[in-house]
Amino acid sequence: MSANDVILRIDRLNKSFGTNHVLKDATLELRRGELKVLIGPSGGGKSTLLQCMNFLLPPDSGRIWLDGNEIKFKNKRELYAYRQAVGMIFQDFNLFDHLSAMENVRIALTKVKGIPKKAATERAMAELERVGMAGKAALYPAQLSGGQKQRVSVARALAMDPKVLLLDEPTSALDPELIGEVLTVIKDLAKSGMTMVMATHQITFSAQLASEFIFMEQGCIIEHDTPAVLLAESANSRTKDFCAKINELGESA
Amino acid sequence: MEEYWLFASERVIPGLNVALLISAKLIVPSALYGMLLGVITGVLRVYGFAWVRRVADIYVALFRGTPLVVQLYFWYFALPYISIAGHSIVLNAMQASILGFALCSAAYQSEYVRGGLLSIRAGQFKAAKALGMSPLQTVLHVVLPQAIRRSMPGIGNEIIYLIKYSSLASIITVEELMGAARSIAKATWRPVEAYGTVAIYYLVLVTLAMWLLRWAEDYFSIPGFERSKED
Amino acid sequence: MHFDKALSATIEALPYMLGGVGWTAVILLGALLVGFALGVPLACAQVYGRPLLRRVVGLYVWLFRGVPILVQLFLFYFGLLPLVGIDSALAAGVIVLGLTSASYQSQIVRGSIRSLAEGQLKAARALGMSDFTAIRTIILPQALRLSIPGWSNEFSILLKDSALLMVISVPEIMARTRSVAGRTHEPVAMALFAAILYFILTYIGIQLLRWIERKVRIKGYSQEGAM
Repeated sequence: MSANDVILRIDRLNKSFGTNHVLKDATLELRRGELKVLIGPSGGGKSTLLQCMNFLLPPDSGRIWLDGNEIKFKNKRELYAYRQAVGMIFQDFNLFDHLSAMENVRIALTKVKGIPKKAATERAMAELERVGMAGKAALYPAQLSGGQKQRVSVARALAMDPKVLLLDEPTSALDPELIGEVLTVIKDLAKSGMTMVMATHQITFSAQLASEFIFMEQGCIIEHDTPAVLLAESANSRTKDFCAKINELGESA
Repeated sequence: MEEYWLFASERVIPGLNVALLISAKLIVPSALYGMLLGVITGVLRVYGFAWVRRVADIYVALFRGTPLVVQLYFWYFALPYISIAGHSIVLNAMQASILGFALCSAAYQSEYVRGGLLSIRAGQFKAAKALGMSPLQTVLHVVLPQAIRRSMPGIGNEIIYLIKYSSLASIITVEELMGAARSIAKATWRPVEAYGTVAIYYLVLVTLAMWLLRWAEDYFSIPGFERSKED
Repeated sequence: MHFDKALSATIEALPYMLGGVGWTAVILLGALLVGFALGVPLACAQVYGRPLLRRVVGLYVWLFRGVPILVQLFLFYFGLLPLVGIDSALAAGVIVLGLTSASYQSQIVRGSIRSLAEGQLKAARALGMSDFTAIRTIILPQALRLSIPGWSNEFSILLKDSALLMVISVPEIMARTRSVAGRTHEPVAMALFAAILYFILTYIGIQLLRWIERKVRIKGYSQEGAM
């Protein structure tokens, strides 16, 4: 398998809520090691797209392939296995409130993957170490700051050895001074070659790391290309317009 | 005054101790059935189909909105009068009491169960799904540990109420603590000693139950799920 | 099943049962008022009083929340009250329910007072107010408004407990239900009738409390009581 293999492919995903057609014919390809960033105004469909990609929201139509195999989502076994391979980071962290940080990372290992407790604990601690939270392993979500909670949720997702990581506005719910610690973790992940799709408003940060920007508005993918092309001096892209507006409001790097 | 008290309680306490057993036979089954039905009803009210939720809500409104006395009276005195196709159900006092207590307590308990289930933040279901957990695993490892902790104080308090309201069984002739106290008061012409002593019995039972509940809450306490330090 | 007989018995009993409603209402109001008049001072004593006073209030609350109402009714009506010359069943009922309600109401108000921001009392004191004045004019007006939902609950509980007064022969709804059912041999219909009466009373009570809440609402005052 070459480094340029397509790991995840989605074809014409559609999703409507009632009469509201939120996601229209979304299509994209993801190669190993790529980081594709979803950009655009709120309500544009970024979050819906991500949640359709791991079937948290079942799409009304469209197909998904992982490593060349089309996923038959009707089959529960296949669905659960697929979700183990495609991890997700939420805007609201969604840590399990009744479990400590370490237990949060460990629970899917023991209950979903069936790994024995001792090995699972070691793996959980290793992942927490990776995101810099090993010292707080015994603390509960109620005792952690937003940035710390998000880092634990990254560890939890990574422990499953996902092939792809979906990040749904990972820093949007954080106080400004806590954003940095999470961005550092994401940067390390990108550098280590993790394949990711991320929705975010952190333009400057993403521009350095992203293989491709995907601009979404009103459910459609309007344009997609490398950040360099879309944000070039001479470019006349919607992306550039949008980013300019965000910068006016003082986006932090 | 002191000997008065002690002397009279020599004639009161033995009778009450016998009745204590009857009270226990009343309270324990009622509490257990009540909890079982309460949990089922609570779950149905949160996760059931729309018509199931309706029915459950009506049941709860009915049994929370009417006095327990009326309900006990119904099960003991009125039920035998309802005959369907020539058959009717006649419950003895104990049976009617346990049925009445269980149904009433369950209605209140379902409120706490429901509250516990609703207190789980929605995003955690998403996270469980995203990790590949099946619905059963989500229930076992995410829903139950949190719902049980959140509803424990309410359900515990309900059981304490049950201990107190078990005295109502005396109204439909059950010779539990209160019933025995009435008999003793009539026999000895000493209402203060009789009722005063039985008051102490109930006080002790209730206080023991409160301590037990507090201990249980602390035992299961986690940061984020602490016992509220009132009282 | 004989619906006609049941129906006619019910209609016949209507005036008698409505008389019971009157008694129930009197019991209820009496108990609520006694509970309020006693409960609010108890709450203040528990929050602002000296340690000994707090202990005493705690003891009171423990006693009246721990002893079943039925036991209290018999104890007071047959035992304690005759010693001071009171032989009215209604008085015994209102006293018992009132004292018990006071213990619960004191906890409701206490909770409301504690939920108020600390700064309220500090500011009052800084202006030179005595604690008594501060509590009366600053703390209580807010705490009492916050307590209305708790009273809604207390009302509902007292309404149901009022039925217990049948055991000391107060002619309220439940007592009359039993006597009519015995006379007419229609316990099912009478029990259902009683249930409906209690429902209606509950509904009226809730509406009343909602009306009160609206009347005393302060514009823009958040329910959390924070500044």
